[in-house]
Amino acid sequence: MADETLDAKGLNCPLPILKAKKSLKGMSDGQTLEVLSTDPGSIADFQAFCRTTGNELLEHSVDGDIYKFLIKRVV
Amino acid sequence: MPETVEETIGNAKKMTIICTKGSLDWAYPPFILGTTAAAMDVEVTMFFTFYGLELLKEKLNLQVTPLGNPAMSMPMGGMHMSMPNIVGMVPGVTAGASIMMKNLIKKKGVASIEELREAAVLSDVRMIACQMTLDLFELDKKDMIDEIEIGGAATWMESALQSDINLYM
Repeated sequence: MADETLDAKGLNCPLPILKAKKSLKGMSDGQTLEVLSTDPGSIADFQAFCRTTGNELLEHSVDGDIYKFLIKRVV
Repeated sequence: MPETVEETIGNAKKMTIICTKGSLDWAYPPFILGTTAAAMDVEVTMFFTFYGLELLKEKLNLQVTPLGNPAMSMPMGGMHMSMPNIVGMVPGVTAGASIMMKNLIKKKGVASIEELREAAVLSDVRMIACQMTLDLFELDKKDMIDEIEIGGAATWMESALQSDINLYM
């Protein structure tokens, strides 16, 4: 179970990333954020975002039209 | 991990974007990349000059025109519609196309420019308005959002020389 969940369903690029960053900012080191998105572009974008910022993408999965990402905040 | 604020700033990647266009469609690339870069811990400077100054006005009324843009085809009832220049010239067509695009933006969950600009402000994107073009077009800083600085070519050069990415849009 993630510490926080961000519902970014229906939002398009770059809003899921911007909102995820905002949520992560308010969290502490080691906490996890689950992001729900319907933007197919977010698969590549969340991987790139995590590689660049050092936050850890623990898992990502697809459930029908919904993409789920589990991100661990790394300070 | 950096120990001090100075160290953090010193290590951050930097980017500048020169924003020269003031139409609804061309407002997107600089604000999307600027806000996303900031979200990825890049220090961003946006330099607004010529028609790009339009994007800093407190009250935005951005328009898009099909005139002279053969690539602009809007989805409409499963088809795509483009407009011959002669139709694009008719009064009201630009306003109509702008309303159409704004509706599409809302429908598709795309951020508005107001939203992206607010995100830029909140993520400390540095926004510089070009003094020379403010004078040239007799624009007043009072009509612009508060969070801007005024500067010129040398101001941009200074941050461009320290940056990893410099874009002109």
